[in-house]
Amino acid sequence: MDFPILSSLILLPTIGALFLLFSKDKESNTGKYVALFTSSVNFFVSIYLWFLFDPTISNFQFIEDREWLIGFINYKVGIDGISILFIILTTFITPLCIISVNNIIKNRLRDFLIAILIMESLMIGVFCSLDLVVFYLFFEAGLIPMFLIIGIWGGSRRVYSAFKFFLYTLLGSVLMLVAIISIYWISGTTDVEQLYDLGINSKYQNLLWLAFFSSFAVKTPMWPVHTWLPDAHVEAPTAGSVLLAAILLKMAGYGFIRFSIGLFPLASEVFTPLIYILSLIAIIYTSLVALMQDDMKKLIAYSSVAHMGYVTLGIFTNTQQGIEGSIIQMISHGFVSAALFFCVGVLYDRMHSRLIITYGGLVSVMPKYSILFMVFTLAALGLPGTTGFIGEFLVLLGAFKDNFLVAVIASLGVILGAAYMLWLYRRVIFGKLINNNLLKIKDLNNSEKFILWSLAFPVLFLGFYPELLSNTIEISVNNLIDMYESNLSMYMPEVQKNE
Amino acid sequence: MNNLNFILPEIFISLTIMFLLVLGVFKKKSSSLVHYLSMGFLLITGILILNNPLDLNTTLFNGSYIIDNLSSFMKILTILAGSIVLSISRKYLKLYKIFLIEYPILILCSILGMMVMISSNDLMVFYIGLELQSLALYVLASFNREELKSSESGVKYFVLSALSSGLLLYGCSLIYGFSGSTNFNIISDSINPDNYTLTFGIVFILVGLAFKISAVPFHMWAPDVYEGSPTSVTLFFSIVPKVAALTVFIRFLYVPFINLIDQWQTIIIFISIASMIFGAVAAIGQKNLKRLVAYSSISHIGYTLAGLAVGNNEGIQSSIVYISIYIVMNLGLFTCLLMMKRNDQYFETINDLSGISKNHPILSISLLFILFSLAGIPPLAGFFAKFYVFKSVIEESMYFLAIVGLLSTVIASFYYLRIIKVMYFDQEKEKYDTDHSISLKLSLTFSTLLILLYFIFPSKLVEIVSRINII
Repeated sequence: MDFPILSSLILLPTIGALFLLFSKDKESNTGKYVALFTSSVNFFVSIYLWFLFDPTISNFQFIEDREWLIGFINYKVGIDGISILFIILTTFITPLCIISVNNIIKNRLRDFLIAILIMESLMIGVFCSLDLVVFYLFFEAGLIPMFLIIGIWGGSRRVYSAFKFFLYTLLGSVLMLVAIISIYWISGTTDVEQLYDLGINSKYQNLLWLAFFSSFAVKTPMWPVHTWLPDAHVEAPTAGSVLLAAILLKMAGYGFIRFSIGLFPLASEVFTPLIYILSLIAIIYTSLVALMQDDMKKLIAYSSVAHMGYVTLGIFTNTQQGIEGSIIQMISHGFVSAALFFCVGVLYDRMHSRLIITYGGLVSVMPKYSILFMVFTLAALGLPGTTGFIGEFLVLLGAFKDNFLVAVIASLGVILGAAYMLWLYRRVIFGKLINNNLLKIKDLNNSEKFILWSLAFPVLFLGFYPELLSNTIEISVNNLIDMYESNLSMYMPEVQKNE
Repeated sequence: MNNLNFILPEIFISLTIMFLLVLGVFKKKSSSLVHYLSMGFLLITGILILNNPLDLNTTLFNGSYIIDNLSSFMKILTILAGSIVLSISRKYLKLYKIFLIEYPILILCSILGMMVMISSNDLMVFYIGLELQSLALYVLASFNREELKSSESGVKYFVLSALSSGLLLYGCSLIYGFSGSTNFNIISDSINPDNYTLTFGIVFILVGLAFKISAVPFHMWAPDVYEGSPTSVTLFFSIVPKVAALTVFIRFLYVPFINLIDQWQTIIIFISIASMIFGAVAAIGQKNLKRLVAYSSISHIGYTLAGLAVGNNEGIQSSIVYISIYIVMNLGLFTCLLMMKRNDQYFETINDLSGISKNHPILSISLLFILFSLAGIPPLAGFFAKFYVFKSVIEESMYFLAIVGLLSTVIASFYYLRIIKVMYFDQEKEKYDTDHSISLKLSLTFSTLLILLYFIFPSKLVEIVSRINII
């Protein structure tokens, strides 16, 4: 493949952002069309990439390898079955964010669009970088636009949230930087493909794993470092929350799969109990917290933490089902949480309140909205026929294979999930219409309908036909697990001897 | 006679100083002319340095003066930074009615002193250069003599600096006493690694040098002097003398005393860690931007020294890369400060930046990138600077230093974020003037673009610096 299709995927949104930067008018809608155009083109390019992608090969494809830090680090990108799905998720969600923008962002529309486009570039970069330093670069650079999105266009406590978001994630990541540089000196390269072949000296794996974990755990977010997430979500504008929930959180899950499992199999084996415990606490505890929220956005934010708990749980079962389930759960959560945040955004635009108390009885005034909200509520609680079910089911299946008790406790979370989502739905949509201001509320307009339907479609379609996803990831996941097992069997006798 | 060819730049700059002095005295109202001429002559000096053959490595005057890649690179850095400082400070000086012939001449004097320091291979030569640059800097610090704060900072700087020079000189005499020479190479040959007496001398000299680059615990003067001096002088203080002092640091530690690395390494690591943490923590409470820059420069010096602590060529090179990028970032930062002018008055507190993103989008986006770069967020240049330093630090398995350093970047990023918060999230105030001089605009554009686009060609600077091999 000669044409650098991945680099152009990364660069396209940035070029669009540059166009916007040099455009004269700041507030009009032309900027929006430019942004929408670039991100849609990017979406179609990524779909085209999916067609070109050969799911029967376990190696990385579309590799580009250029000299960058000469004699030291190469700019290397490439994809396998796992990354392609995340790239498509990114390119799919971004245009929807841009469509949603007109209702919400009144001031500095152009700057907002630039921030979103840059964000898209960086997120695609994260998912296809095949060098640790390049990965770190994209991973960290995302802090800048996200900080501005929360801080400039957020709600009343936006400054606090933006700082918390920035400092938490930075604190987690600097340790990862130390680990990356150490890997360079231990193994002589930071190229992920080569590292997969070479393996990393078993002496260092535990510490390195912990350093990577500190970064990914903050970003996932795992209990107890999840507290930035509700703040950031609540204060960010709708499009920001969507980006954050749908894609940013996935960077950490992706990192766990690609790096923690892929590079440090021995350490992953050692720390699996830790991950199990933290994931279970995340699932149960944050579900309980979510039950008590009176702010809709906060409730969904906590539910995100619980959902990501399933993801981490699935990844570290190290079974085919578990990891595939985690990936599908992440993709599904990408759609569903994005849609739920859009749903809250729809109400917030009209009533300027996120409190559940404000609403009730919406079904009689907003029937279309109620139907779509229903779909996503059910997908969030994992009803069969939606992607949420496939993900959770596979994760639990993997967990049962590995540890019965863990699986049982995790299953309890499903019930709690159903409880808080259905209760939210009942309080907002059903009941008596008490608040008289709600009588004048308008149902969905065209662009909102478009956004929500285009999110509902994949949720339902992939819910019935998950093979589309699992075919793409199967070989890559299989390869990952093979590598993991062979590493374990190679080193384990040695470790035992040392003991 | 042959020696004189190599020190042509120094000779040229001395002649320039004398010529400009004469010109300034005999021609009335010549300050503008002197200003322009000094910039031009500085650039010519730079060209003269470039004229030296590449990879030249020669010592002159019985080995007391050295011309090599390190000295050429650092001299060019000094001269470039000096001429940019001169060109962007014109308007500021005019406004405060201190646009006098002495200003560029003093800057030239101190640059001459720095060039001597950079090339010195002998304790005496080094001390002469140091005093020449310091004397000029004392006067510059109190240049705005109408203002109380400026005079105060001049006196403060003078007293403390004289003290440190005294310690330094005492260290020199101790080293001379124990080794029998002031020449770096001869000292190096006469060293016995088991002999601890020389360590006393090293410590005294390190104290003096740490004072000059304002490293903790010898940093007390920096915030006051930075705040009190005229902004253009603060800019000069915060970048140019550090280059020269860093070069002396490198040469002093790595030429004569490389065999005593076990003894000075701990000191450098301590100074480095203390500077990084103190600079980061103390800056949090600051309201005045110049004071904040003082603390931030303390912490940046900490990172530069971290590279020096490593003890190999890669470490030195990473320090040099760091200081080069730091200079660009600080130039950009001060250019922004020099643009904050309204009704013939300059503003310098953080609150004066409130909401400038609405009225001055270009200024604020540049400042945004500069600040994120200072905080070390990728993909900006500041990240690569830190990356190189920590790469060489981790190579020697100094994990403690690396982790402390990176954690203090997190603390430091807090106060950079606070400025960004004021700029972008707060309410807007009155507009600033926009009739900036062309040199200010150019300086801002170039520094921002360098910072922003550094990641496209990150190897260029490293390639140049990698020619510098001391050990």
